Amino acid sequence: MITVRNLKKVFSAKSGRVTAVDRVNLEIKEGEIFGIIGYSGAGKSTLIRMFNGLEKPTEGSITIAGKDITKIRGRELRKARQDIGMIFQHFNLLWSRTVRGNISFPLEIAGVPRKERKKRVDELIRLVGLEGKEDAYPSQLSGGQKQRVGIARALANRPKVLLCDEATSALDPETTDSILELLVDINKKLGLTIIIITHEMHVIRKICHRVAVMESGRIVEMGPVLDIFKNPQQRITKRFVQQLTEPEETKDTIDLLLKEYPRGKIVKLTFVGEVAKQPVIMNLIRELPITVNILQGKVAHTQSGAYGTLFIHLNGKEEMIGKAIRYLQEKQVGVEVIAND
Amino acid sequence: MIETLFPNVDTEKAWEKTIETLYMTGVSLIWIFIIGVILGLLLFLTSKGNLWENRVINWIISSIVNIFRSIPFVILIVLLIPFTRALMGTMIGMKAALPALIIGSAPFYARMVEIGLREIDKGVIEAARSMGARTSTIIFKVLLPESMPAIVSGITVTAIALVGYTAIAGVIGAGGLGDYAYLDGFSRNQNDVTVFATLLILLIVFIIQFIGDTITKKIDKR
Ligand SMILES: Nc1ncnc2c1ncn2[C@@H]1O[C@H](COP(=O)(O)OP(=O)(O)OP(=O)(O)O)[C@@H](O)[C@H]1O
Ligand SMILES: [Mg+2]
Repeated sequence: MITVRNLKKVFSAKSGRVTAVDRVNLEIKEGEIFGIIGYSGAGKSTLIRMFNGLEKPTEGSITIAGKDITKIRGRELRKARQDIGMIFQHFNLLWSRTVRGNISFPLEIAGVPRKERKKRVDELIRLVGLEGKEDAYPSQLSGGQKQRVGIARALANRPKVLLCDEATSALDPETTDSILELLVDINKKLGLTIIIITHEMHVIRKICHRVAVMESGRIVEMGPVLDIFKNPQQRITKRFVQQLTEPEETKDTIDLLLKEYPRGKIVKLTFVGEVAKQPVIMNLIRELPITVNILQGKVAHTQSGAYGTLFIHLNGKEEMIGKAIRYLQEKQVGVEVIAND
Repeated sequence: MIETLFPNVDTEKAWEKTIETLYMTGVSLIWIFIIGVILGLLLFLTSKGNLWENRVINWIISSIVNIFRSIPFVILIVLLIPFTRALMGTMIGMKAALPALIIGSAPFYARMVEIGLREIDKGVIEAARSMGARTSTIIFKVLLPESMPAIVSGITVTAIALVGYTAIAGVIGAGGLGDYAYLDGFSRNQNDVTVFATLLILLIVFIIQFIGDTITKKIDKR
């Protein structure tokens, strides 16, 4: 559906040249929710803005539905943009227009006749759940409602692709979740390909199928979300994964726990997919004469299954602890013994 | 009432002069609005980081605007005499005042329009571009509506300044309430006429201010 080849963008600013996007290669499938995560300044916005020609690349190509976006301009580019919806962190609605007027705007651009426009706007208002707010102005809406208008507006011309640049970064956690759910819903209902830019692993975990990790303009790691959670390679990826699976204070608490439990072993378990749902710990206690102390843990649900970490303290005879670890490994649980010495 | 307080005021003449002032203000205001919006848009669009970014054109328009904005109005009238004569075929009367009124105020208004346009969130323009809008659509459906409160309050301020300018133009024979206050009031030592003309000018200014404020408030949905 979308192929990005050797994409590069160099800005020449006063302070010198900045390579914002550096030789990026991507392959995004139709109907996929693809996430791009990175810290501030990684080049995410620059990358996504090249997808609809708001920014011209220095090198490389982006092919969407067989058309190289980077090679077209003028009328053809404007036409292509109608097939690519975009939503923004700060919503970017016209304050001078009502909800209805804002959603109608892209239809006016596309030259849709008035009657059809009205019908389509009503459909979209229902799709994003804004019934009753049709005649409100943006200033009368909450952040979440504004983003719903943004989404309706982006979908007005039935695009094939939806680009989201930090679409939930200005929202509180609950509203973020409701917007993310709406995006998943739209993805399923309309089969829309969605590309999401974010610096929050939560967003990736919650709705993305695949993720690319971006650092200083480069994609440093890419794969299915669950694989990335299970087995992050790069340091930056590990940091993002830890945002979700381990409580922030983990490092300190482990040191504390090691002092508190001089005997036995502290073990970090990782559960992926189906395993996360099974009562592994309960079975372990039943089968072996051993005490298990649950210290702390977290489970994250992704689009393709759950992923969790659990810190436990095992106490009992040395050989029983060894047996317990082997038992857990047999059950496809990741086991990491945290040294106690 | 008017006769006792203002014995020398001929109400019919005062009315006629009021109409002249309103005419000069109204006609020049229409031109100022058109020229000011166009210049304001050009100043904005050709500035750095905008749709028609062009340093040379921006510099030229900006210089012209600044020059005409800085020339005192009375001097501008004199400077424009040959131009006015060629354009209007006359040097005196209401029509003769129009070129100076328009050229004197349009640059001022253009700057106000430009400031209004600058206040528009860049993201909104970008959103319109991302939807495939052409520049003309962006101008008429994004830039102008989104800066409408500034455009209206700017034209209000300009209109009020214009009423003052017409009074100055009156001194060189353009007619209107300024002319009335000067010729019938000051020159003939009839202070009541001067005061009466002043009151009428104040009334016009208050009405313009009231209309402008009401419209601005009504259209501003931010
Ligand atoms: N128009 C521009 N001119 C010069 N440099 C730019 C321009 N736009 C972006 N940059 C630079 O490119 C780099 C990447 O910026 P970009 O906005 O793509 O980052 P980002 O990952 O979206 O960050 P954030 O999370 O803060 O939005 C930054 O170093 C930035 O300063
Ligand atoms: Mg960004």
